[in-house]
Amino acid sequence: MTSVQGLVASPDADSQRTLYPYVTGTSVVGVKYKDGILLAADTGASYGSTLRYKSVERIKAIGKHSLLGASGEISDFQEILRYLDELIIYDDMWDDGNSLGPKEVHNYLNRVMYNRRNKFNPLWNSLVLGGVKNGEKYLGTVNMIGVHYEDNHVATGFGNHLARPILRDEWKEDMSFEDAVKLLEKCMLVLLYRDRSAINKMQIAKITDEGTTFYPAYSLKTFWGFSSFANPTKGAEGSW
Amino acid sequence: MFRNQYDTDVTTWSPAGRLFQVEYAMEAVKQGSAAIGLRSKTHVVLASVNKSNSDLSSHQRKIFKIDDHIGVAIAGLTADGRVLSRYLRSECINHSFTYEAPLPVGRLVVQLADKAQVCTQRSWKRPYGVGLLVAGLDESGAHLYYNCPSGNYFEYQAFAIGSRSQAAKTYLERKFENFPAASREDLIKDALFAIKETLQGEKLTSSICTVAVLGVGEPFCILDQKTIHEYIEALELKEEEAGDQGATMQEDPSSEAAPMEI
Repeated sequence: MTSVQGLVASPDADSQRTLYPYVTGTSVVGVKYKDGILLAADTGASYGSTLRYKSVERIKAIGKHSLLGASGEISDFQEILRYLDELIIYDDMWDDGNSLGPKEVHNYLNRVMYNRRNKFNPLWNSLVLGGVKNGEKYLGTVNMIGVHYEDNHVATGFGNHLARPILRDEWKEDMSFEDAVKLLEKCMLVLLYRDRSAINKMQIAKITDEGTTFYPAYSLKTFWGFSSFANPTKGAEGSW
Repeated sequence: MFRNQYDTDVTTWSPAGRLFQVEYAMEAVKQGSAAIGLRSKTHVVLASVNKSNSDLSSHQRKIFKIDDHIGVAIAGLTADGRVLSRYLRSECINHSFTYEAPLPVGRLVVQLADKAQVCTQRSWKRPYGVGLLVAGLDESGAHLYYNCPSGNYFEYQAFAIGSRSQAAKTYLERKFENFPAASREDLIKDALFAIKETLQGEKLTSSICTVAVLGVGEPFCILDQKTIHEYIEALELKEEEAGDQGATMQEDPSSEAAPMEI
């Protein structure tokens, strides 16, 4: 009966799984535009609800054709980056002119995320995968339980509630780079105002057929004089 | 019984630097009935000769679909060919599952060759006794590869394996410069002509050959007998016309085929 003891964890055994995240990043927003894909995310990372780190890059390049943005547990994101590094290196080692595009990477990530949740050991992230290969734009998302889809604009976490309504109204096919950046900044500003985990230091990355470009992190100009900021519970009697 | 003292084991070298067991496996490919393949920029055609062991039995399948974008034709031990086809199918389907994209043909062929090579370097194994013509289509276009039991692989514009394949090779060598720009129909016709060469005077009928096509916008498909029959009839009509003009020169394939029949 010793084998049974090995299978059933005693009640006081330490958990070896992520039951809740520790250091987390907040929303990522991504849009398609004329020449490719733009991703935006702030550079904050929270320890619980403490805004603990101010300069964490949450957007990374994957191979030649893809960009990955992550919200959620930062250490799990780092593990995902290790998986992808191995994947891309193994792919390059064939040296046969073939390479994994954004569609392939997105599908791979979906398999990894869904597989881990099936082991009740999820990677605690929502990911945005954008890229361009052979002139074909691709933008999709996958989360910690394996929900995945493609769209012209995507967002994770609070961005789904605050940024996507704006994107649905204002996003257009074949936007110029300048217009797309303005749209992303508008989304990020709303997130900064309403998402308590967001910080005012954000980064934009772009990918086109020519490759990836990372722009240095910068701050948005804010205006805190709105009347609804002065008395936030006005018109919401009965709440706190 | 044995040709020499160095062929009892795959991993034993002869003093001349040869591995006899591997060479015997290569010989098994030549014993099997012929299979040919040829490609244009957009299409690949595979064709094989169907030989049944007895008048009472049906013939064995020699062309297998691996995936929508890959197919193989085999010559040699059919049983080994089916095992390798199953391996290729599972590699393709696993790749589709993980990446939702077709496996590049060149990579599949390398994996197959590596699998065959291992059998030439392990004392408790034997080499596969089968040659495979792998036809495939990927981002870089149409491809035709030949994998042999020794673990070597080559890419070809057109190739023939199996018994009396030299005759088909001679035909293909004469014509291959036209293949890159050829239409799907022209490739099928040349495939049938090449198969005819290996029959050495025996009549080409739809029941004695299998033809499969793969191309841009066209998943790998084995043609049905009726379609092949129509192609053969069209060829015969053309030949009769040419025969009436009395200017055709028939090559004697027997001299080409002789060295293969050892």
